[in-house]
Order: sequence, then structure tokens, then C-alpha cells
Amino acid sequence: MVKTLEKVDVVVVGSGWAGGIAAAELTKKGYKVVGLERGKAQKRDDFVGSKDELRYDVRKLMFQELNKETLTIRNTLDETATPNRSNDTNAINGTATGGSGVHWNGMVYRWLPTDFEIRTKTVEKYGEEIIPKDMQLQDWGIKYDELEKYYDQFEKTGGISGEPDPLRPGQRSDDYPTPPMKETDIIRTFTKAAKDLGYHPYRIASANISETYTNPDGETINACVYCAFCESFGCDFGAKADPIATVLATANKTGNYELRNNSYAVRIVHENGKAVGIKYVDTETGDEFIQPADLVVVAGFTFTNTRLMLLSEIGKPYNPKNGTGVIGSHLTAHQRNLTHTRVRGFFDEKKFNRYAGTGALGVTMDDFNVEQLDHTKLDFLHGFCLRTSQRGDRPITNNHVPAGVPSWGKEFKDKSIFYANRRIDVQQQNGALAWRENYMDLDLTYTDMFGDPLLRVTSKFHDQDRNIVRYAHQRGKELLEQMGADYITVPEITDETEFDKTSLSDHTGGGVIMGDNPETSAVNNYSQVWDMDNLFVVGASSFPLMGSSNPTATVGALAYRAAEGMIKFLEDGGGQLVKKEESAKA
Amino acid sequence: MADNNTNNPKNTNEVSDPGRRSFVKNTGIAVGGVAGGALLGGLFTSRSKNNNNANSTADKGTAKEKRYEEARMYFTRMADFAILEQAVERIFPEDDNGPGAIELGVPYYIDKQLAGPYGSNVGDYRQGPFKGPKTSAADSSLDRGQIFINGLRAMDMESQKRFDTNFIKATEDQQLEIMTDFADDKVEVKGITSKAFFALLRSTTLEGAYCDPLYGGNRDMKGWKMKEYPVAIASYANMIEEDKFIKMDQVSLTDYQPK
Repeated sequence: MVKTLEKVDVVVVGSGWAGGIAAAELTKKGYKVVGLERGKAQKRDDFVGSKDELRYDVRKLMFQELNKETLTIRNTLDETATPNRSNDTNAINGTATGGSGVHWNGMVYRWLPTDFEIRTKTVEKYGEEIIPKDMQLQDWGIKYDELEKYYDQFEKTGGISGEPDPLRPGQRSDDYPTPPMKETDIIRTFTKAAKDLGYHPYRIASANISETYTNPDGETINACVYCAFCESFGCDFGAKADPIATVLATANKTGNYELRNNSYAVRIVHENGKAVGIKYVDTETGDEFIQPADLVVVAGFTFTNTRLMLLSEIGKPYNPKNGTGVIGSHLTAHQRNLTHTRVRGFFDEKKFNRYAGTGALGVTMDDFNVEQLDHTKLDFLHGFCLRTSQRGDRPITNNHVPAGVPSWGKEFKDKSIFYANRRIDVQQQNGALAWRENYMDLDLTYTDMFGDPLLRVTSKFHDQDRNIVRYAHQRGKELLEQMGADYITVPEITDETEFDKTSLSDHTGGGVIMGDNPETSAVNNYSQVWDMDNLFVVGASSFPLMGSSNPTATVGALAYRAAEGMIKFLEDGGGQLVKKEESAKA
Repeated sequence: MADNNTNNPKNTNEVSDPGRRSFVKNTGIAVGGVAGGALLGGLFTSRSKNNNNANSTADKGTAKEKRYEEARMYFTRMADFAILEQAVERIFPEDDNGPGAIELGVPYYIDKQLAGPYGSNVGDYRQGPFKGPKTSAADSSLDRGQIFINGLRAMDMESQKRFDTNFIKATEDQQLEIMTDFADDKVEVKGITSKAFFALLRSTTLEGAYCDPLYGGNRDMKGWKMKEYPVAIASYANMIEEDKFIKMDQVSLTDYQPK
């Protein structure tokens, strides 16, 4: 029997950055909010003494358990998808209080003005012809200048440490709240080489912050101690801006927030075109509940948001054959075996303290980003950042050797030890654009622990995806040559390099995308569902593309924008916040 | 304490083959008895003396202690475990840098992992049908423990077929030849590709060499010492800006965690 609980103002699925920001902003205004989090309860105490590479980084303790639910994956429409069975091959997304926002590296990038108007800007500059057949380029229905204040708000909530990008003058209304992180030998080496080559390096903005900081909500984040356990780990020191230290703390303080852990959302309940609440299962007891609310917010990871929309039959599912429908379209990601690859430089005479570091400690440059490039001379659209970061190498997962050295045995052991601290990696991260036949729908064969169909991912790389990475690798190689590396290994990207179970990363977006036209987007620029006024779907699921840098700040900015919309909706008695007629014409 | 080391010769018959010198040298159990205790004790004591790390307790007191954690939890047949020992040592051999996989405790580390949730894929999606190419251990209908049994026995069968001898009695070059063919996906293994099995063998070997010693591998933090990896240092804030490489003593979770 499903038990219907007492109605609240707002129910929010997810307690990561997107759900946490919504919870903080709504509860500050006095609204009663219930949060549903499928994962366990966790707080800072859980992270003290957790410097265990095997348990967290290799076995992925803080990631979603796939025994409850996973994805199925295939390349093309005529293939049968098979499940991604283990986090060995694929770290996808977070779970537990704070979601992925707790175990992130903390790199904070603002996406480029062009990202938000990708179609308009591309056509303006090059004409329609430059867009490859089957590529889906779409504007967001909001411009960078309108989003800027929300980026600023996110940075101030997190106390983000950084310095402005020299290639983007005039794009910030304020400085970063705290100065850049400390500079290391690796950062100095990269910066010098980049400047010598005429580029414009600047420090990666970091959520592992440079000095103790109290945010506008009164939450204090400690100064980072550079302990080298960031990505895949919770912060031992309360020195990483995460939802637990910031927005969830703010929501809790109001007395208006109740977070229910081990609560697995299975449906958005709706009647007559209006969301009524969320149906969920308490995974500790097996009991089923409906939590009714005036406003329903779905703020999980891309996959969760897309799957809940499909399972709940809200919006029109995307059909890749004729391009109709919306839900599930524009799947894009920084794929681990393509866009996340690195060029590695090995130095015989130079030794760096690679064991020390923190998640976002590094230097980056935008000299090859979309706005700096002339695409008529290139065989790809969009662009990439080049950077190096010093996260603190851990020994199980860092055994890199120069090309030609075997991956096991005598020579491998000797070289992997010799070069453990004699390396600089240059990472490229490129914009990933959407393709007509890369999408998500419900699987026909495999189900989750409740018998509901799994989400099926259909995705294939295109020439454009490979070309941009090959080009970026060559630029990375030139940088390492300038640094004086003795050996440089460039990842091999052949025509056979293909999307597979190692591809999807924590940088995945799309499925419930934002836009200015209800025919081609699922939500308006407040993340409000076009077809259901009191339902907001917030997070990376909104992205029509994946920008050329880390997505978290954009998730945060869109969440602040969405929260503003939610408050407007509750205060003004409902309705669409963006007029459909006007936007459809635009 | 070393006197109590009642090494059963029956069990070690195969593995203490004098032709396999490096193995004998590397294994406490094969060296056995008083000699083994004294040899290992000497090593540990001298290392302890040279170690000025006040925080580190891992090296202390181990000199004459018997390792009660080194008995098999998962592998039932000694023969399978003996193949595992040889295989992991080929992947991560003893050399001038320091100990190989056996001395680091890798075989016991893997045995413990396979006896736990990892070995039976507890955190994984296991619903059938198991269709499609078995390109990784996770895609196999076998759990990781079964993959090890099938894979190690297939290595032995391959050795019998090619060289008319057990894998553990084969020469190092013969062993390497078989393992290379496994890595290149040239051998049949039931329920999994030889390449996927080898990838699992390689990754668990590196885990055992470099994990926290609490898991039974990286014995006495010797893997970390080879790599000059300090591990659980609370803060690098005071040295992170240095140009010079700074060597530090290792800190394990036993040292680091509040008690």
C-alpha cells in the first residue's frame, strides 16, 4: 500500500548542488521543503580519516551503487543495449547527502557566452552550412549576461578562489571571493611555457579554497590544507565548498527543511497536467510513500532526471528517427576515453612533488576555446581548454610510463616508479555537441530493483568529436615540448575509438534540456517544465551541450536562477514564468 | 615467536622448488622456521632503525611477530594460490627498487578481496541476460572470484599444453610467454576473455602493491616507500610551493585515523 503523507510546500528530489540550492533559497523564504535523497545520510564526520585510495577512489564508495539501478549502453539504434554493470569501468554519479557535489574536485569554470547561444552565434559567424548534418545546435533561451549574477552567487556561496581569465575582460561583475590557491612547481612550469608560446594562462578557480571564508548565508568553509584527497573523497577538513558545508547547512538552519535519506524517487505523480507530488520507496523498509507538494522539484543527476520524466510520462519522449519529441535528447558528455584524455610529459631530470595537491589546484588557458578559433580552417566546431592540475597522485591509479614501455612486468615496474614524480600532464577538455542519434530512452530488457525499466543510452562518436581531441592533443604536446619533457605520450585517437562503457563521466548532460521553444526544449530558462507549470527539473539535464570546461558552476548558476523562478511561482500564484508564444517566435 | 612457525612442508612442496629461487627468497612461508624469522626480522629491524618517522608505528614491533592474517580466506586449493603467487610476481617483480608482489603480500591481498563483497560483485548490477562481448570482468556472468579460479587454472592448462609442466614449474620466460598471450586475448577461458581476466589480475596486483597495509597488501608500506609516496599527511600547505622534491616518511591509516 502506498501511504500518502501530509502535503508540504515543496518536495525536492536530490540533495546535491541543484537540490541543495533550491532547498536553501526556498527555506530561507519560509517555505516548508522535504528533500528526498536515495543515498545514505552523511556528514563531515564520515570523511575524517578517509584517506583510503582503495576504498574511495578505486572501489568508489561514494558513487551510486549499481546493484539498485544502472544504465544500459549501445552505440546505434539497431543494437541491443547491455548494462553498465560495475563502477570499475565507469564512475557515473554520486549518491548520499550532498550528491556528487561532495566528492568533486572543485574546479569552477563559467561557460562562454557563445555556449548559451551556440546556434545563433555559429550561424552569425559562419552561416548554416558549417553545421554538420545530424549535429544538434540549440540556444538555451538565456544569455551569459543574464546568467552572470547567478554565477556570481554560486561563487560567493562557495567562497571560490580564483583570478579572472585574461581573454574574458568585462565578463565578471565582481572578483572571486578569495584569492587563487598556492602556486606549485608544476603550475609555474606550465605557466612559463604557455606564456613563452604567447598564450594566456590563468589559475583554475577552485572550490578547495585559499583562505577561511564565511559565505553570505553565514556558513564557514575552512582554508584548504592541500592534503591531496579531493576527487572521489569527502573533505576531511571542511575545506571544500560542497552542499553539506554550504546550502544544506543553510536549509537546515531555517528549521524548514527535512531531508529523508534512503528515499528512492520512483515517479513524479501528476493529475490533469499538474504535478501532485513524488512517489518514493524507503529502501530501508520497502515502504512506499507519496509526498504531496504544491511545487515539485526534480534535481537529481542527468540520468535520474531524464528517467523520472520518462517513467512518469511527462513531456514527449525524443524520437531519434524523425527528430520529434524532447525528453532524452541532447545527451552530451566529457567522455572518459575521448574528451578526458591527457597528453603526458615525462622528465628524466626533474622531480615534482606530485603526491601533494588538491582537486582544483592548477592552471588553465582558453586560447583554443570556441571564441578564439576560426572554424573555417578547422575540421571541428567549438573548442577546448588546456590545463594542468596537481591533485596529488595516488599510487594505485597513477602508474604512467612513456610510450613503448609495457604495462606490466620488470620494465613497467621500474619505469612506473622512476616516473611517479617526474611527470606533467596536459589535459584538454573540449566542448561536446549533441547528435541526432545520441539520446536516452527506457530499456526494453533490463530493470531496476523495483522492476522499472533502466535508462538506455545510445551514443556514438562522430568525426568532429575525434578531430577536436586530436587537434587539442597536438597543442598539448607543443606545450610539453616547450616545458622540456624528455618523452611525451599522446593518446591514440583512431577512427575506431568509440563510445563504450568507459565513456560516460560525471560530466554528462542533456535529456531534459532548456530552450526558448516548447517544441524543441523541455524546460524554460527557469528550469520550469513547459508542459507542467508546478514542476521544475534542475541540473545538468538542462544542458543542450557540454561546454569546454567543468560543468558544476553552470549547474549552480542555473539552480540559483531556478530557485528565483520557484519563489516567483509560489509568490505569484503559479503560471508559466516564460511566455510560450513569445519564446516560440524568438 | 618465529619458533612457532610450523611450516607444513606438504603444502609448500610445489612452491619451494629450488629452481624458483626468487620465490623462496621472497616468501616467509617458504623460507620458514627460524631461518625465515631471523632473516625477515633482521630486515625489519634495520629498516626500523633507519626510520625516523615518529608518527609511523607500522614498522615497529613486527620484527618477530608472526603474520596471523596470512592464511587463505578464498582460495581452497593451494595449487591455485601458488599460480596466483607466480603470476602476480611476474606482473610486479622484485628488483633493485625493492620487493615484488609476493613480498608485498599481494597474493593474500587478492585472496582477501575475493573473499569479500568485491569478489562476489556485491555492488554491481547482476541481472541477466549476460549478453554481448565479455570485454571486462564486470560483463562476465562469473563473479570476480570465479574469474580468478577459471583464469588461473587456464594458465596452468596452457602451461601443461605448451611446456608439459605446471605453470609454477615453468621457467620465468615460459610464464611470461603465457601471460603475454593472455593479455593479448589469445587464450580461451571459460566465461570471460583472457584479456579481461588479465586486466583484472593486473589491476588487483597494483592494488595489492600500493593499498593501505590494512588490506593485507603493501606490507610494511614498502610499495609506498618505493614510490616515495607519503600518503596520509594531514597537510602539505607548508611545502606545496617548493621547487625541490621533498622526501617524506610514510603515514598509514593506522597512524592517521583518530582512535
